[in-house]
Amino acid sequence: MKRRKFFFLVGLAAISGSLAIACNNGPTATDPAAESPATLVATGGELNIYSGRNEQLIGPLLERYEAETGTKINVRYGDTAELAAAILEEGQNSPADVFFGQDAGALGALQRANRTKSIPEEILNKVDSRFRSPEGQWIGISGRARVIDYNTELVNENELPNSIWELTEEKWRGRVGWAPTNGSFQAFVTALRLVEGDDRALEWLEAMRDNDAQVYSNNTTIVEALGRGEIALGLVNNYYLPRFQEEDPNFPVAHHYTQNDPGSMINVAGVAIIDTTEHEEQAISLIEYLLTPESQQYFAQETNEYPLATGVPGPDEQVPLEQINAPDIDLSNLDDLEGTLNLLQQAGVL
Amino acid sequence: MTKQFPRSSIIDKLVLNKGQAARPPLFLVLMGAIAAIGIALPLVYLIIRTMGISGEQLWEFVRRRQTLEIIFNSIVMAIVVTLLSALIALPLAFLTVRTDLPWRRFWAIVTTLPLAIPTYVGSFALIATFGPRGSLLQSWLAPLGVERLPSIYGWPGVVAAIALFSYPYLLLSVRTGLQGIDPAMEESARSLGHNSWSVFFRVTLPQLQPSIVAGALLVILYALRDFGTPSLMRFNSFTRAIFTQYRASFNLNFAAALSLMLVVLVSIILWLEYQARTQAKYYSRGSALGRKRQLIRLGPWKWPALAFCSLVTLLCLVLPIGVILYWLLRATAPLAVLRSILSIALNSAWAAGLAALFSTLFALPVAILGVRFPGRLTTLIERASYIGFGLPGVVVALSLVFFGANYAPWLYQTMPMLIFAYLVMFLPQSVGTIRGSLLQVNPRLEESARCLGQTPWQTLRKVTIPLVRPGIISGVALIFLTAIKELPATLLLSPIGFRTLASQIWVATNNAAFIDAAAASLGLLLVCTILTLVLLSQEQYST
Repeated sequence: MKRRKFFFLVGLAAISGSLAIACNNGPTATDPAAESPATLVATGGELNIYSGRNEQLIGPLLERYEAETGTKINVRYGDTAELAAAILEEGQNSPADVFFGQDAGALGALQRANRTKSIPEEILNKVDSRFRSPEGQWIGISGRARVIDYNTELVNENELPNSIWELTEEKWRGRVGWAPTNGSFQAFVTALRLVEGDDRALEWLEAMRDNDAQVYSNNTTIVEALGRGEIALGLVNNYYLPRFQEEDPNFPVAHHYTQNDPGSMINVAGVAIIDTTEHEEQAISLIEYLLTPESQQYFAQETNEYPLATGVPGPDEQVPLEQINAPDIDLSNLDDLEGTLNLLQQAGVL
Repeated sequence: MTKQFPRSSIIDKLVLNKGQAARPPLFLVLMGAIAAIGIALPLVYLIIRTMGISGEQLWEFVRRRQTLEIIFNSIVMAIVVTLLSALIALPLAFLTVRTDLPWRRFWAIVTTLPLAIPTYVGSFALIATFGPRGSLLQSWLAPLGVERLPSIYGWPGVVAAIALFSYPYLLLSVRTGLQGIDPAMEESARSLGHNSWSVFFRVTLPQLQPSIVAGALLVILYALRDFGTPSLMRFNSFTRAIFTQYRASFNLNFAAALSLMLVVLVSIILWLEYQARTQAKYYSRGSALGRKRQLIRLGPWKWPALAFCSLVTLLCLVLPIGVILYWLLRATAPLAVLRSILSIALNSAWAAGLAALFSTLFALPVAILGVRFPGRLTTLIERASYIGFGLPGVVVALSLVFFGANYAPWLYQTMPMLIFAYLVMFLPQSVGTIRGSLLQVNPRLEESARCLGQTPWQTLRKVTIPLVRPGIISGVALIFLTAIKELPATLLLSPIGFRTLASQIWVATNNAAFIDAAAASLGLLLVCTILTLVLLSQEQYST
């Protein structure tokens, strides 16, 4: 009797396991449009996206695309770097057709490993050449500015630093937060190296370290700590603060852009087509869709990022892209992350 | 079919040549072998990747000051965390199993639950409460002129947070051990004139050694593999360095080299633990089950005992839940937010449930082989099963991405693949608890069953499994509670579009959407509470 019961349980486990596989192959509950016949600019087919951008941000946009084109979209959400690493490990069997990364570094890493396909010229031309791969291997979809956020209760507007070099002064000792392990921060350091040279960049890093800059794990934790007044200033990206302000309108933190130095550089989130894709047509159609004025507006309004397609205005409450005195850097030169990491390690901050 | 006789000194001498150990039953060996292959995959992957670095580069990398520093940090941190969690777990286990502590079962449940709190939520709660500025404590002390508290970041924060949220490993293991001790031994000791203290130190504690060591091993490995806490507490550990290699430089080879160094460290720990094992027998002649045990009367000591339980619960459970509720109450329609995560909660429970089921199924043969048929190979399998648990999740996940996509594409990113990943990572949790229980079962019982004509399979089913039930139950609980929190493997290996509570929390905290994070955390806690209740109701309680 008992033996039968055991086999019943094993059987049950086996069946449920295969059920899970079966479910996996079928359409998921979240895409009602998948079965409906194509309507508008129908491309049909399927598209697998590995997205380092999270679902809350781009989920609605992708759903709209799915409904309009009838292309079934499958998204694997995750960490930008881990997904890029996964594509590298998957090799020729990668299920990914498109990679949507949070920063240019990950896109550059895929390009260097020859895992990307060229994007057609007419699409590339929709975006300023500063915000895409010069070889046409990836393209920026939305921009984010580096910014100094400050606690408005601890710092007066008139004492705010005009350049990142002022952060190394005695009066900011132990009061500045940064995130040396964070990709956006590292892109900023790379920019600093391009503008001022490695020696000066190292000098700045060491001065910051000696000035007891407080280390945090990422931008969110810095802004969070700023809100509590744990630190007075923080080196972050522009779109984190609005999220805090949405939940708490009295959140005591504000933006400050430095003048003409990498403290206010612009970096991008963008997409690449994976070399092993069998759905290139759909992938190209998706990129076109992401660069339409409607989609670009969506980034401005929902994620507080800067639209990159030429001619689309930026987010309402933020300083326009043109007014930020971002240094003129070719983003494609930002891919020397190795050098930046060496520098960060040399300075003892990583 | 040839009949194998189990190991027994008499039968050995009569039937088999002296010195020839009995062969384990085939089905155990097969299942053990499957587990062993799973365990070996991450190692093979790491070796392949590390080979991508030239010897000179590798040596340069190993002897960097930073590398040496993280090795030192990781080792010292793991040791301190283990000692601290022993200070929390041992008294708790003893109080909830052996004494007449008021509301014993309640404490048993709430002190296990911190395992269900994701480290990022737990660490965040500690920072929000004890952070240097703007924290709860500082705002209370502000009227007294306290502008800034001593920093929680670095050593104090990382040690406290990991110990506070990993001590349940030790607790569950030691509770299982305590329940398995035959009360007759302590009674005999007492009748031979030993007082309570002497019984505890000379009979109970030595009996508990395997459970304590198994639990401590899990705590050490957890401390080494955890990423959330060191990153939030701004502490430079192995995992943080490995993540830096992945996240910042996309350098899979150096990440692998670092991971391999971690494997070496884990192997040393495993070897030390192996050396600490004795050949002592932990079972008694009879069966421990079904005997009533006399509970220790606490008398006036029950007040400090209650205070201790309350303090631990406050730090590990009330604080994080407080933070979660604080977030949630800021939502305009908290109930709607909660309802929206119901289907995701079911996903989580389903995946973690399957993980617990299959991992326990495979842990059983590994533990039995190691205890009943000790040999070089079986010991190696049993020891090596811990390596997957000692590595950061992302390393194991990427190794399975590598093998899955390239050699088993039909299995890649399916549910069975995800369950297999959980098995590779979490198997040792139940190997440890089952091993602890099995050591307390007298092998003569199994031998008698064999002598009475039962097959190995029948013996396993009718004798061994019922006797190691406490270990199995603890193992199931541990695997469920850790698998439900797992992130990197879930993100990379689950069927596309499969969402869990853990991934929801991660997305939400990254996005500073604290209301959603709170809802998902609460969902996680509810699922885990229900499971813990069910499992603890299976424990045998003496009244």
